[in-house]
Amino acid sequence: MKSSKLTKKNIKHLSKLAGLKLTETELKKFPKQLSAILAYVESLNKLDTKKIEPTAQITGLENITREDKPGESLTTNEVLSNTKKKSRNFFVTKAILEK
Amino acid sequence: MNIDQLTIIKAQGGLKKKEFSSLELVEGYLKNIKKKNPQLNAFITLCEKKALLEAKKADKLISQGVKKSLLGIPMAFKDNFLTKGIKTTAASRVLQNYIPVYDATVVDKLKKAGVIILGKTNMDAWAHGSSGEASDFEVTRNPYDRNKVPGGSSSGSATAVASGMTLAATGTDTGGSIRQPASFCNVVGLKPTYGRVSRYGIIAMASSLDAIGHLTKTVADSALLLGIMAGQDKFDATTSPSPVGDYLKNIKKSVKNIKIGVPKEYFREGLEQNVKSKIKAALKEFEKLGVKVEEVSLPHTEYALAVYYIIQPAEVSSNLARYDGIRYGLGRKMFAGEAKRRIMLGTFTLSSGYWEAYYLKAMKARTLIKEDFDKVFKKVDALITPVSPTLPFKIGEKTADPLKMYLSDIYTVTANLAGIPGISIPAGFVNNLPVGMQILGPHFSEDLLFRLAYHYEQKTEFYKKNTNLIN
Repeated sequence: MKSSKLTKKNIKHLSKLAGLKLTETELKKFPKQLSAILAYVESLNKLDTKKIEPTAQITGLENITREDKPGESLTTNEVLSNTKKKSRNFFVTKAILEK
Repeated sequence: MNIDQLTIIKAQGGLKKKEFSSLELVEGYLKNIKKKNPQLNAFITLCEKKALLEAKKADKLISQGVKKSLLGIPMAFKDNFLTKGIKTTAASRVLQNYIPVYDATVVDKLKKAGVIILGKTNMDAWAHGSSGEASDFEVTRNPYDRNKVPGGSSSGSATAVASGMTLAATGTDTGGSIRQPASFCNVVGLKPTYGRVSRYGIIAMASSLDAIGHLTKTVADSALLLGIMAGQDKFDATTSPSPVGDYLKNIKKSVKNIKIGVPKEYFREGLEQNVKSKIKAALKEFEKLGVKVEEVSLPHTEYALAVYYIIQPAEVSSNLARYDGIRYGLGRKMFAGEAKRRIMLGTFTLSSGYWEAYYLKAMKARTLIKEDFDKVFKKVDALITPVSPTLPFKIGEKTADPLKMYLSDIYTVTANLAGIPGISIPAGFVNNLPVGMQILGPHFSEDLLFRLAYHYEQKTEFYKKNTNLIN
């Protein structure tokens, strides 16, 4: 792991990937703040983890399944109740493909 | 009825003996909220009308002889618990108008047990924070000193319980968000074992770390609530099938000859001297109870916070990706600074070319941290540590430096990484400010944690020493 310094350009690119709009102040502050956090977490470089297995599920549960049968569910009206824009029984989104 | 000294168990008794009605109880808390909340800002939403209506219904059921464990008991819910028909914001502008159409599993369980919802409590937005200052709905204040933070992210829940605005409140704990505010506000905060309590219907922060718990005045109240909230849930595949204990029934069992470890890594530089001396004094009390105390080592402790601040933002960025403003919520333009910071960090560490160096590395280091605990719990039954390295700090003191704020979580993140349970209980005061102590145990050892905490609480009764509350 090389020590990473995030530049303003990196931050702009990341914000695009994350779908975020940053304010001018954030654009100014984030390179320094995020680089400081990365420098801190890079202390892990001191650890030899070559032979260590990663942990994702901490209590060791595996393959928890349930029967696939229909049960109670929300009504269409309930599902649509918090949207700003709907058309009949659908959510309205921006077009992804042009006509 | 003296609300300031009331606990859930006392209230149950009072309702049973008809010393007061549920309506009087709910009115009493609403009165306290009206008096204190304008200064403390512990609530985002109040459910006054509904609560009064529910209280009248509860009184009717009580008079008909209906028995439910929490019938007519008022509680507050952290604002990241989905409550059907009640606005749920996670203290973020993104969800400022969001009205859930279903209840979280634990909300459903508590309602079925008879709980009345007083309101929804303030928090750091999305549970990102250690002070309550990252709320999009104004900071919550510490009831022991209004210029100090109440801790976070369950800031409103801690303040509300401490200042007598509710009997108990729910919380979520991803890196200390129940235990640290409990410690700053002289209340009991439980972070159960990962998967002990269902996460279904609770706004996700970091899914491999999130634990669902509660803040109460006493240990017995905490045990009572866990008995109701815990258990396997078909809607959360990470909930454990292991049986839920009768926590309250076992609480008085002797703790003689139980072995407690004191991890030396938790008492090094960075820990304020006056906090340290309170924990040392608490250990002496435990020895008087016949508990054996010995020093132990958790050698990978120094890496825990680094592991946490890789895994947590990574999972945050993934969980917050769903807020696109299409199905619900106001969209990504409404995210405030701290959420943006964490989304950006997570986006970076999960991006192509960096994932292995950061996220995978952190997951491997997480294994080492878990193994530290596995080894130490072969030698001792439980561990005692401070909750926070400092006393409650000043509002504004750490907001300009995120890394400094993150360091507040140094003694609490380990339990989330290892998935083990932890309880924060009052351990005294320094300059009229509360100090908390943390007891940690192996997976599913809540029973033992309650016993240890209960016996210490019976000897010290710091929860009764709330006379230096300023309002």
